[in-house]
Amino acid sequence: MNEQPLLRVNSMTKYYGSRIGCRDVSFELWPGEVLAIVGESGSGKTTLLNNISTRLTPTSGTVEYRMRDGQFRDLYRMGEAERRFLMRTDWGFVHQNPADGLRMTVSAGANVGERLMAIGDRHYGDIRNTATRWLGRVEIDADRVDDQPRDFSGGMRQRLQIARNLVTGPRLVFMDEPTGGLDVSVQARLLDLVRSLVNDLGLSAIVVTHDLAVARLLSHRMMVMKDGYVIEQGLTDRVLDDPREPYTQLLVSSILQV
Amino acid sequence: MPTPLVVSEVAKSFVMHLRDGIKLPVVENVNFSVAAGECAVLGGPSGIGKSSILKMLYGNYGVDAGQILITHNDVTVDIAGADPRTVLNIRRDVIGYVSQFLRTVPRVAAVDVVAEPLLARGIKSDVARTRAIELLEKLNLPEHLWQLPPTTFSGGEQQRVNIARGFITNHPLLLLDEPTASLDAENRAVVVQLIREKKASGTALLGIFHDQDVRSAVADRIIDVSMFRAGREAA
Repeated sequence: MNEQPLLRVNSMTKYYGSRIGCRDVSFELWPGEVLAIVGESGSGKTTLLNNISTRLTPTSGTVEYRMRDGQFRDLYRMGEAERRFLMRTDWGFVHQNPADGLRMTVSAGANVGERLMAIGDRHYGDIRNTATRWLGRVEIDADRVDDQPRDFSGGMRQRLQIARNLVTGPRLVFMDEPTGGLDVSVQARLLDLVRSLVNDLGLSAIVVTHDLAVARLLSHRMMVMKDGYVIEQGLTDRVLDDPREPYTQLLVSSILQV
Repeated sequence: MPTPLVVSEVAKSFVMHLRDGIKLPVVENVNFSVAAGECAVLGGPSGIGKSSILKMLYGNYGVDAGQILITHNDVTVDIAGADPRTVLNIRRDVIGYVSQFLRTVPRVAAVDVVAEPLLARGIKSDVARTRAIELLEKLNLPEHLWQLPPTTFSGGEQQRVNIARGFITNHPLLLLDEPTASLDAENRAVVVQLIREKKASGTALLGIFHDQDVRSAVADRIIDVSMFRAGREAA
C-alpha cells in the first residue's frame, strides 16, 4: 500500500521579481519519509518549503498531493476552502518562531483543542482530555493546560506547537528550522521528541534546517540548496559522509567538532 | 539460492574540491563475492580502502563505477545505482552493518538502540527488547547500563551496544568494520562465537579484523584489498 508517493513536486520555480527564489526543483516524498532541505541563509530552502506548502504561489511548476481517498490532486487547482481544510487537518506546519504557529494569548489546551474543533470535534470534555494527553506526549505537565504560551519557555512553546500540529493525526508535517532559537540541551530533547513521534506515527516530513546535525538525526534523505538550485541530493548519510559537490564539501567540512 | 553479494568492477575515488580538486583514487576494479554461510575478510594495510569498500556496500559512500549486487525480495538489486528509498529498505531487510564507532542519539537507552532494527522490521516492542537484553547479557554489558543512553559509555561498552544492534536481526548479509577493536579477550571470544552462529545459520559475512586471533578464528577466506589498489593519476 506504500507503493505510491504522498507528494510529487514537479519543476517548482519561484521568482521574486527577476531574482530566483528557487529554480526547477522536482522530487517525490514517500509515506514515512523525512526529507531535510539544507543550505545557507538565502539559498532558497524556506522559499521552496513555502511554495510546496501553498503558503506562497510558485511562478511555475506543480505540487500533487495524494489525498486520503488515494487520488492525487494538484494543490494549486484546489479551491481555497479545500486547501485550508487540508492544511488544518492533514498537514502540520511547525514554524521556527513558535509565536507564528501558536495563539499566544489563549491557553495551551485551547491551542491544541482548536485544531480538533477544526475537524469537527465539539465535546468539550473530549477535546480537553485529548489536549492534555498531547501535552503529556510533548512533555508538558498537565497542570499547565490552562496557562498561556506567553508564560512558557522557548522550548516549551516549541513543544506545544508540535502538539498543536500533530493532534489531528496529519500525514505530512513541514518544519522550518524547528530547533532554530533553542539552547543545545533543549534542542536535543526536542529532536528526540520529534524523531520518536515521526517514527511512532509514521509521518512524512519536510524539514528545513541549516544545521547538518539536525538533518543527520531526523532525516532519511537530504537535498542541498545553493542560490535557489538543488545542487546535491541523496541518502542523508551518503551526502554527509561522501559529499560530491564543492559547496556540499564546504558545508560538511565547516561543522565544528565537539 | 543466489549468491548474497556480488561485487564487480567497482571503483571509488574522492575529489577534494576544497583542495584544488585533487583526486584521491581509493580502489578500482574491485571484484569478489561472498557466499551464504561464509565469512570473508578484507585484508591489507591501513588506508588501502577496506572501510571504503564496506561503506560502498552499505550505500554510505557513492560508487564511481561498477556494480554491487544483492538480492532483495527475490529481485537482484544494484546498490551502486539504487535510489535512497531502496537503499533504506535494503538496510532494513538485507544488509546489517557494525560500524567502527557507535553513532549515539541523545536520550535513547542502550536497549532501545539495540532493539531498533527489529522494531523497524515490524517486530513487537516487548519481543525486540527481550532479544536486545539477551544479546547485551551475552556481551557482558552491565545491567545498570541497559536503560542509559550510550553517549557516556566507554569505547568498549559502546562497541558492544553497536555489535548487539548489528547482530540482532537475521539479515542475510552482515558487514563488520573492526567489531572487536576495543574489546577485551573475553568479549572478543563472545563476538567470535556470535559470528560462528551467524555462519551456521547461513548468513554471509564480510569483515575487517586487524586482530590476528579473531581473524584466524572466523575467516574462511582473505580478500587482499591491495589487489584493487587504484593507480595514482594527476588531477
